[in-house]
Amino acid sequence: MSDQYLVAGPYAHAGASVSRTMGLVMLALVPATLFGLWQFGWPAIFLFLVTIAAAVIAEAVCLRIAGKPVRPFLTDGSALLSGWLLALTLPPWAPWWIGLVGSLIAIVVAKQIFGGIGQNLFNPAMVARVALLISFPLEMTTFVAPTPFLSAAAPDFAAGLDITFDTLEPQARLDAVTSASVLGHIRNELGQGLSLPQGLPPDYSALRGAIGTVPGSLGETSALLILLGGLFLLAMRVITWHIPVAMLGAIALSAGLLHLLDPSRFADPVLHLVSGATLLGAFFIATDLVTSPLSVRGQLLFGAGCGLLVFIIRTWSGYPEGVAFAVMLMNACTPLIDHWVQPRIYGRDRKGAPLEPGDDAERVR
Amino acid sequence: MSTDYGRIARAGLWDNNVVLVQSLALCPLLAVTGTATNGLGLGLASTFVLVASGILVALIRSLITPEVRIPIFVLIVAVLVTLVDLGMNAWVHDLHRVLGLFIPLIVTNCAILGRAEAFASRNRMLPALVDGLMMGIGFTLVLVVLGAVRELIGSGTLFRDAALMLGDALAFLELTLIPDYRGFLLAILPPGGFIALGFLLAGKRALERSLERGSLKATGKGSG
Repeated sequence: MSDQYLVAGPYAHAGASVSRTMGLVMLALVPATLFGLWQFGWPAIFLFLVTIAAAVIAEAVCLRIAGKPVRPFLTDGSALLSGWLLALTLPPWAPWWIGLVGSLIAIVVAKQIFGGIGQNLFNPAMVARVALLISFPLEMTTFVAPTPFLSAAAPDFAAGLDITFDTLEPQARLDAVTSASVLGHIRNELGQGLSLPQGLPPDYSALRGAIGTVPGSLGETSALLILLGGLFLLAMRVITWHIPVAMLGAIALSAGLLHLLDPSRFADPVLHLVSGATLLGAFFIATDLVTSPLSVRGQLLFGAGCGLLVFIIRTWSGYPEGVAFAVMLMNACTPLIDHWVQPRIYGRDRKGAPLEPGDDAERVR
Repeated sequence: MSTDYGRIARAGLWDNNVVLVQSLALCPLLAVTGTATNGLGLGLASTFVLVASGILVALIRSLITPEVRIPIFVLIVAVLVTLVDLGMNAWVHDLHRVLGLFIPLIVTNCAILGRAEAFASRNRMLPALVDGLMMGIGFTLVLVVLGAVRELIGSGTLFRDAALMLGDALAFLELTLIPDYRGFLLAILPPGGFIALGFLLAGKRALERSLERGSLKATGKGSG
């Protein structure tokens, strides 16, 4: 008997693995994260560490309860990344239990209950963020003005501990330098009957928004650094361009159209693109491989839906920011999109009928 | 013909529990279980309707032709619910204000119609009474447990406003277990209800599985 046997293709392995993908995404997040940690100081560092540690520990405990091997699933880095992404979307001076509760929701409720990695219907970090925002609106919308390291206003190590671990007296807490995010500020001013551009924060400029020296979530402020990370992911082929371009395009288009119609009520598209979680959402969250559609046209539809919903929520809902809600709503549509928007099968036309030799290109399209 | 009342009781409380097994009555369940007191109130009202409708349906079951049974069941349930609604409005007005719409909606509670159809219309009065009572108690237990869990996580208290329903004598039930609690709003909102119910179902299955494993070990072999 021959010792040769048939091996089915593919014959080449690109070396892709879950841990490599997660590692590349984390690498892409490093610049924006470092900038956020530098800009918001010790409290942000403590919150970041608490959130990530809670996510990893929750993952390990869940795996153990489910009777799965702990080490291979833990070292794939998916829990670390979920915790990391969640931390980036939190207000940087939020108390420690916000990070803890958020990580527990992300890992236990949104991920492991559905069956662990690859089985979750919704993006874990966004489920946690929405749950936190609904449950703790005060803590989740209390932003601070940037106080970079080496600046006079930056809290030192001990003060940072006080802020994150909530040991301040209520009076001192009030004295902290709170400040609204750009989107929150605009929502507030418009609600009081002011019109744009008077409703913008006085020191706002699109350039500052792009660089990120504005109040906002821990790792969301610097649009440029997030864009850099996103381009890195594109170059490494971890993600494709379809979802980010569709999402950003839909936001820019809808915002631009309404801004042209009435500039006093609708902020300009550049502000929408550089503010809030727009870029982080477009490159790092909506592109989550598990919760986004498989086909190219499905991804375009998904991204455009995310973008449109972000604009609608920001403009007409009770919340100033809507990336998390938008991504979750489109996550819910993903199975439907995958069902209805399928690629043409090779050798068949769109309706699934077999092609004959000599069929013209019309049927193939 | 003897009736196995123990089996009826077991089915109502556990094996065929309205919520945990039949997954019925989820709408009122999720809507009112923000606190344990509300859950208890709705549970007792539903139990009363279950028992009374069971008795009435069992008594007249031979007079109803199958073609018109559903409208007649609905009429009976509607009459009973109206009684409960007016009665609660008169005697426990504050609780009635809290439970509001969900008292009249007991009419559409599929668990009640389901018991009338599946049990009361095929059995004598006494078994129907026991079945209604046990199903009602099983439903009430789930409502109270779910309400307690959500109230505890959501606002850190237990049986808040119990005095409204049960009188000042039972005001000691009102506990504040976590003082200065910030409140976890999600647990009180409907999504929190779904999540808590999911954990409750998982808990029941885990409990049954471990019991089964225990009995396997004890007898040394599997039982049907």
